[in-house]
Amino acid sequence: MKLKGAEIVIESLIDQGVTDIFGYPGGTVLDIYDALYARSDRINHYLVAHEQHAAHAADGYARATGKVGVCLATSGPGATNLVTGIATAMLDSVPVVAITGNVGRPMVGKDSFQEVDITGITLPITKHNYFVNDIEELPEIMREAFKIAKSDRPGPVLIDIPKDVQNLTTEFKPQGPVESYDLIQPQENRIEEAIAAIEKAKRPYLYIGGGVNAAEAYGDIVKLADKIDAVIGTSLMGISCVPNDDPRYLGMVGMHGHYASTIAQDEADLIIAIGTRFSDRVTGKTTEFCKEATILHLDVDFAEISKNVSADIGVRGDLRITLPRIISGVKKLEHPKWIARVDELKAEEKEKQAKTFGVDPKDIMEVINDIKSDDTAVATDVGQHQMWAAQYLTFNKPRKFISSGGLGTMGFGMGAAEGAAVGTKAPTVLITGDGSFGMNLNEVIAASEHDLPLTVVILNNKVLGMVRQWQNLFYGKRFSNTVLEARAPDYVKLAEAFGATGVVTETVEEFREAFEKAYRSGHVTLIDCRIDKDEFVLPMIPAGKTVADMVTERGEK
Amino acid sequence: MAELKKDETRFVIAIYVDNKFGVLTRVTSMFTRRGFNIDALTVGVTESPEYSRITLSMSGDGYARAQMLNQLRKLHNVKKVEILDEKDIIERELLLIKVSNAADQHQLIMSCVDIFKAKIIDYSTTPLGIEVTGTSDKIDAFIEMIRPVGIIESCRSGIIALSKGSGSMLDTPDLF
Repeated sequence: MKLKGAEIVIESLIDQGVTDIFGYPGGTVLDIYDALYARSDRINHYLVAHEQHAAHAADGYARATGKVGVCLATSGPGATNLVTGIATAMLDSVPVVAITGNVGRPMVGKDSFQEVDITGITLPITKHNYFVNDIEELPEIMREAFKIAKSDRPGPVLIDIPKDVQNLTTEFKPQGPVESYDLIQPQENRIEEAIAAIEKAKRPYLYIGGGVNAAEAYGDIVKLADKIDAVIGTSLMGISCVPNDDPRYLGMVGMHGHYASTIAQDEADLIIAIGTRFSDRVTGKTTEFCKEATILHLDVDFAEISKNVSADIGVRGDLRITLPRIISGVKKLEHPKWIARVDELKAEEKEKQAKTFGVDPKDIMEVINDIKSDDTAVATDVGQHQMWAAQYLTFNKPRKFISSGGLGTMGFGMGAAEGAAVGTKAPTVLITGDGSFGMNLNEVIAASEHDLPLTVVILNNKVLGMVRQWQNLFYGKRFSNTVLEARAPDYVKLAEAFGATGVVTETVEEFREAFEKAYRSGHVTLIDCRIDKDEFVLPMIPAGKTVADMVTERGEK
Repeated sequence: MAELKKDETRFVIAIYVDNKFGVLTRVTSMFTRRGFNIDALTVGVTESPEYSRITLSMSGDGYARAQMLNQLRKLHNVKKVEILDEKDIIERELLLIKVSNAADQHQLIMSCVDIFKAKIIDYSTTPLGIEVTGTSDKIDAFIEMIRPVGIIESCRSGIIALSKGSGSMLDTPDLF
């Protein structure tokens, strides 16, 4: 059938199996919104409060469901508002397709109203992008964009469509969702080298990351660990990839990693890095990182192998193939001494309870653990609350912890939680701080309008807690511009103004009651959970330092 | 060209890319993003209308070479990337140079032109336009030889290069 470009955009989305998109209309996407209007029975559009949230929502949706998330924005400021969201998705390898309108081709390059070179701007923060110059190419570009976004190492793809192209017609035929590119086969000799290294090791440690999500290789991680008697630690992106009640699971590693997990990584003689990229938040000083250990790196992206930490053995291939081959090829191994040592570390960890000054953030997380179901997705913003969530929340199903790891985007949370709530159609939690929430609270109105089952927990210390922690430790307690006391909003009134419910809690008991009620309500609730401004996230390995520099104790204020 | 640091070598990379609008920007943007410096770059059409070929020379250590190759291979419009083995390539660069044409320098100019098989392509009483083709080393040497005459302006094309042997780079498998 002959369709207009704008109609092809929406029909292509439907053809790709997209059921939900997030966006904000404007001049150069009027035609696309018109095409959407006529197809609103086949695809849901969620109107956000600001385009940045549309990108974060598409991202949160993709992280929570494994499907490609889609966002839509107009040219110029609409497009530039997507940029932070696209960069966030890029750094965490999340499949997102972002669609923008642009001025008509005759107006391009003339500094026309709301014109911006968004393909140029997003070049370094997209996996690929397109400027659609020719209507004939549009159907194939729409398909290819999805293929690229979800194949190999996923990532965001942007399609910029001039307004006049949206109004030209061409033939469109639905072909069903595109398949990913063929899985990348690991080289057999590398698999053999990997197996040899594993069989030689006495203290194996699996260090897993977000790539395990992309390959949905959850079961194989546990299988491998069981077969070779290894323990498991994760990067921030790897949290929720392994059932947290598995005794081999030690939690997050790195700067704010679990004590046992980080020390065990340092003591291991073999690091099997799986779908992860040795971020500086994990390694600290790279020249000292696991110096004595053999590094075996399994990743689909060859550019990650030996990028940050030099790998002794690199196996480039899809984890869906690499892991089963290693598991079937490797001998069953047992390392009772190593497991006993790790048990010792776990016991030491229990004793290293950081001093707190009031409501302990750990207790708040434990209340959430008690009440939330295994199917609940928890999104976070960025800062201390994020690290407490990463440290203390427990997950037994994948894709339930949604957090901006690579870019560390304050303001990610509301959009991401909205996307996750839409994607999972289940009660969803956002854990945020008063600093981060200040960057995205306008989105509450959208969540409220769509009546999403969302509980927003604001760990409110009236300071920018993480920055303050650094100022406390490294800047002589000079709290430059991190005190928000004077501007602290009344979140109850704010919630009411946006059609949501607000409640203040000052004790763990009050919090439990409020959270339980909010979580079961099926509507948007903001919980203003008061905590002390001088809590620390511990342990902490200062940036660029080593495990030997780990801080586990906190002195007086 | 920048001085080489310890462990650094100079090398030539050949890249087949889709012959499409904006592809060169994608390639060069990757270099900027990853903090690598390009010494020289040329781009032109190839035996196949679908592809353009980019030849670039840069310097770096083993890490830079590997990262460069891998990051280039990840770009959607890049079809094939190879570091050309300097011992096994044919390479050329073109120099256009304007030098002053003072009478007392004729002897030096003419012997430079002879030795380097250069061509005078614009003869006038004041400046003289000369064309030289050859390897980059040869062009470096020519410039040094003619410098005393007085260089007014010069421009180098950047290197273009092909591997020797019977095959096309497009047909060789990638090794990871």
